[in-house]
Amino acid sequence: MASPNDLQFQEFEEAAQLLSSNPGASTLSVSTSNNSVSAEGRSEEVKLDLSDEEEAEQESSELLGGQKPTGGFWTFEYYQSFFNVDTTQVLDRVKGSVMPLPGRNFIKHHLRSNPDLYGPFWICVTLVFTVAISGNLSTFLIEMGNPAYHYTPQFHRVTVASIVIFLYAWLVPISLWGFLSWRQGVERQVGGYSFLETVCVYGYSLFIYIPTSILWIIPFEWLRWTLMVVAMVISGSVLVLTFWPVVREDTKPMAVSTVAIIVALHSLLAIGCKMYFFQTASHISPLPPTTAPIQIDTQTTHFGSTLN
Amino acid sequence: MADDASKPFAGLADVSISEDIAVEGDISVPVGTSRRDEELSTLDEPVKETVLRDLRAVGNKFVHVLYPKRSSALLRDWDLWGPLLLCVTLALLLQGGATETQEQGGPQFAEVFVIVWVGSIVITLNSKLLGGTLSFFQSLCVLGYCIMPLTAALVVCRLVLLLANNAVSFAVRLLVVSASFGWSTFASTAFLVDSQPPNRKALVVYPVFLFYFVIGWIILTFSP
Repeated sequence: MASPNDLQFQEFEEAAQLLSSNPGASTLSVSTSNNSVSAEGRSEEVKLDLSDEEEAEQESSELLGGQKPTGGFWTFEYYQSFFNVDTTQVLDRVKGSVMPLPGRNFIKHHLRSNPDLYGPFWICVTLVFTVAISGNLSTFLIEMGNPAYHYTPQFHRVTVASIVIFLYAWLVPISLWGFLSWRQGVERQVGGYSFLETVCVYGYSLFIYIPTSILWIIPFEWLRWTLMVVAMVISGSVLVLTFWPVVREDTKPMAVSTVAIIVALHSLLAIGCKMYFFQTASHISPLPPTTAPIQIDTQTTHFGSTLN
Repeated sequence: MADDASKPFAGLADVSISEDIAVEGDISVPVGTSRRDEELSTLDEPVKETVLRDLRAVGNKFVHVLYPKRSSALLRDWDLWGPLLLCVTLALLLQGGATETQEQGGPQFAEVFVIVWVGSIVITLNSKLLGGTLSFFQSLCVLGYCIMPLTAALVVCRLVLLLANNAVSFAVRLLVVSASFGWSTFASTAFLVDSQPPNRKALVVYPVFLFYFVIGWIILTFSP
C-alpha cells in the first residue's frame, strides 16, 4: 500500500512520513490529495528557499550576479562558470530578447541569476559577419547593372564592423554598470545589476539585428527604414524594460535621462551600421562622363593664359 | 624468509660496492642491447625516412577527413603540420585579387592566417568552457584538418575562374563551395561532437558552422 506512494513521492520527506504513519487503504485517496497539497506546499517552500538563496548570493557577490566563482580568476573553472548554459536556455534567452513583453524583466525572468557569456560573444561575432556580408551583397545587388563596376569583397569592413560592435557591446555595459553602481551609492533606493548581467542583456538585445541586417540586402529604402525602426523598438524595449525598474527609484531627471541615453546609443549603433555598410543607390552612382572633358578643357585654357 | 629476501640483495650488494667493476655501459635491462640498436637506427636513418614518416601520418589524417568515421587517428595522434600546410595553401591561393585600392580587396595573407588560427583557438576555448573533454591541441588539429575540403574547393574555383568569369562559372563555384562547406562542417562535427556534454552539442556545433561559413564566403567572393 505504502510502497507505490513512497516511490511516487520519494523526494518529499514529509509526505513519506505521513504515509508510513497511515498505511491503510483508505489513506490512498486521502494521501494523494494530501500529497498533492503537500507537494504544492513543498514546491512553494522550495521556490521561496531558492529566492532567499538568490538574494543572499546577490548581496554577497555583486560583481558576478550570484554566481559564486569556483577558484580565482586565474583558474579555468572561474571562466567555465560563465558558460554554464544549455542549448534550451540559450534559445529561451534569445526568444525573450526578440519578444519583449511589458512586465517581463529580461534579467529577472530569463537570466535568473545565471548570466552567461556564450550568448553575448557569439551573437556579436555573428552580427559582425552578417553586417559585413550583407553590406557587401547589397552593394553588389545595387551595382549589378553598372558595367563599370568591378566586384570586390571589401574585406576591411569586417574589421570595422568587429571594432564597432564589440566596443558597443562591452564599453556601454561597463559604463552603464559603473554609472548605476555610483547612483546606487548616492541614492540608496536605486537597485543595480551585476556587471555580467548588464553585458548579458546588451548582448542578447543585439540579436534582433542579425535577421534585420540579412533583410537589409533588399534594396528598397522604405523597407530598410521600416525594418530598422522595428528592430530598434524591439531591442530598445528589451533594454528599457530591464533598466527602468532599477532606475525608477532615482530622481526623475536622472532616471529619464539614463533611459534616454540608453535608447539613443542603441539607435546610434543601428543607424550608423546602416549608413556605413548599406549605402543607398544614390551614393554610389558615378558622375556622368560628359561633364569631365569640359572641365579639363577649361582648366587647360586657364593655365595657358596664366603662362602667357 | 629472511634468507630468501636477503639473497638477491646480497648479490647486488656485492656488485655495487665492489670497485673492480667499471661504471660504464648500459643499465642492465634484460633486452637492453636490442633496444640500443633500435634507438641508434632511428638516429642513423636517412632524413628522407624521418620526413616521410611524418608525411605519411599527415596524409593518413587527410584520408580520415575525406571519409569521416569515428576513428581515433585524428584525435590520438594529433599534429599541427596538416593545418599549417592547409592554412598556407589557402592564404597563398587567395592572393592576387585585382583591386582598385588595397582596402577594397579580399583578405591579406596575414588576415587569412589570423582568421583561421584565432578562429580555431576561439572555437576550441568555447568547447572547453562548455565542458568538452577534448584537449586543446586535439581540437585545433581536427578543426585545421577539416579545412581540407574548402582548400580543395578553392583550387577548383581558381581553375574555373581561369576558364570563365560569368554567371555560369559563379553558379559552379557556388555549388562547389557549398558542397565543401557542408563536408567540412559534417566531418568536424563527426569528430568533435562525441566529446561534448549531451545538452550542449548545438552550442558547440554552431561556432564551427560559422567558422567554415566565413571561410567559404571568403573563397566564394575571391575575384581575380
